[in-house]
Amino acid sequence: MFKGMTITGAVLGLAILAGAATGQDAAQKALVDATKARHAQMGLYSFNLGILGAMAKGEVPYDAAAASAAAGNLAALAQLDQTHIWPEGSDELGVDGSRAMAEIWENMPDVMAKNDDLVTAAKAMEGAARTDLASLQAAMGPVGEACGACHKAYRVPSN
Amino acid sequence: MRKSLIVIAFAAVTLTGAGWWITAPQKVDAAVYADLIGVPARGAVVFHAGGCASCHSAEGSSGEAKLILSGGRSFLSDFGTFHAPNISQDSAHGIGGWSVTDLANAMIHGTSPEGRHYYPAFPYAAYRRVAPQDIADLHAYLTTLPADATPDRPHDLAFPFTLRRGLGLWKALYLTDGWKITGELTEVEARGRYLAEALGHCAECHTPRGPLGGLKLERWMAGAPNPSGQGNIPNITPARLDWSAADLVAYFTSGFTPDYDTAGGSMAAVVESLSQLPDTDRAALAAYVKLLPAIE
Repeated sequence: MFKGMTITGAVLGLAILAGAATGQDAAQKALVDATKARHAQMGLYSFNLGILGAMAKGEVPYDAAAASAAAGNLAALAQLDQTHIWPEGSDELGVDGSRAMAEIWENMPDVMAKNDDLVTAAKAMEGAARTDLASLQAAMGPVGEACGACHKAYRVPSN
Repeated sequence: MRKSLIVIAFAAVTLTGAGWWITAPQKVDAAVYADLIGVPARGAVVFHAGGCASCHSAEGSSGEAKLILSGGRSFLSDFGTFHAPNISQDSAHGIGGWSVTDLANAMIHGTSPEGRHYYPAFPYAAYRRVAPQDIADLHAYLTTLPADATPDRPHDLAFPFTLRRGLGLWKALYLTDGWKITGELTEVEARGRYLAEALGHCAECHTPRGPLGGLKLERWMAGAPNPSGQGNIPNITPARLDWSAADLVAYFTSGFTPDYDTAGGSMAAVVESLSQLPDTDRAALAAYVKLLPAIE
């Protein structure tokens, strides 16, 4: 009887541990998923910037329609709701491959202000991209500055 | 061990007879600067090409505030921590009382108005190539910037690097004249070389240093450990950097790499300065980078 209780207790204990582990795995997976989603969003930024940048550098001819579409995408990306894509704990120490500094969660108002600057620069690019090549070229700087402001303050160096 | 021996030898030579003579701070010929008239607008270009604000503005400042040259940023090195001084127009705490010749002595010889050596964290190893007229223009521009009364913070250095006189020996060993990239250069390439080797002081980070902090000139722009923190400063010779001239210009203008990532670390501040230059200067700088010999 006593032995039976011990075994039951042990089984129960294991089950609780397993449950906790599963809970932990799920929490970690949520952080990893959010980080992957952020990287996907960054990838979309860079893809659309590539279209604009190639024209700015004179590598491909200026095309108002294509430039305008890419700039529209940038502005849309910058205005996505990001409430759930930046969970606390998804920083460089919490998730493999994350370069997000923990300071992001200590300075959320500043991070949001920097994102607002990006929205402003991306909207200016929308207007510039459909105007002409010179306007597009001039609008690249402020967009780069807005991207760089956040990377400079809140991203761990790459090497 | 080898390093500590060098350090002891360094201190010993400094304090002996011949060493005392070699280590005397030098000054420019004041006559060269006497009749120059500085133009602030041209001086602004010198200021941005020289990246003065990257070190001499207050930590964390951005935009217009970067023109307040109150100093205070810290720079870690193998020799201790340097704190950038106030070079604003305050006459007590800044350089408000400086003449063009004072500025020239600082930039060309690393010598203060009181005749003391500056530490080479101030990149006079590069600035010594700056043209006299550019120094006069820079001086004129600096006088248009605000005064700030922040006192200088002394450097935190280990002995024997606290002996400023010893810097005379460092200067005798490591200061060079002339250009690193030589040969037939176009006017644009020559302007790029001036921007890179004199004002921009690119090699200060992109070229590795020996045990006493002298540049290893045979590894020109071939990358180096980051002097103040983690990671490495990249090799920007064609051995490792295959960006086109247009890629380089775009990077200097917007900070975007060819993959549309952004400049990181100290280079982000460099781009902030370079983006203030005329288009022609960014193109010239790109032309210079394309001239660099490939070093693995």
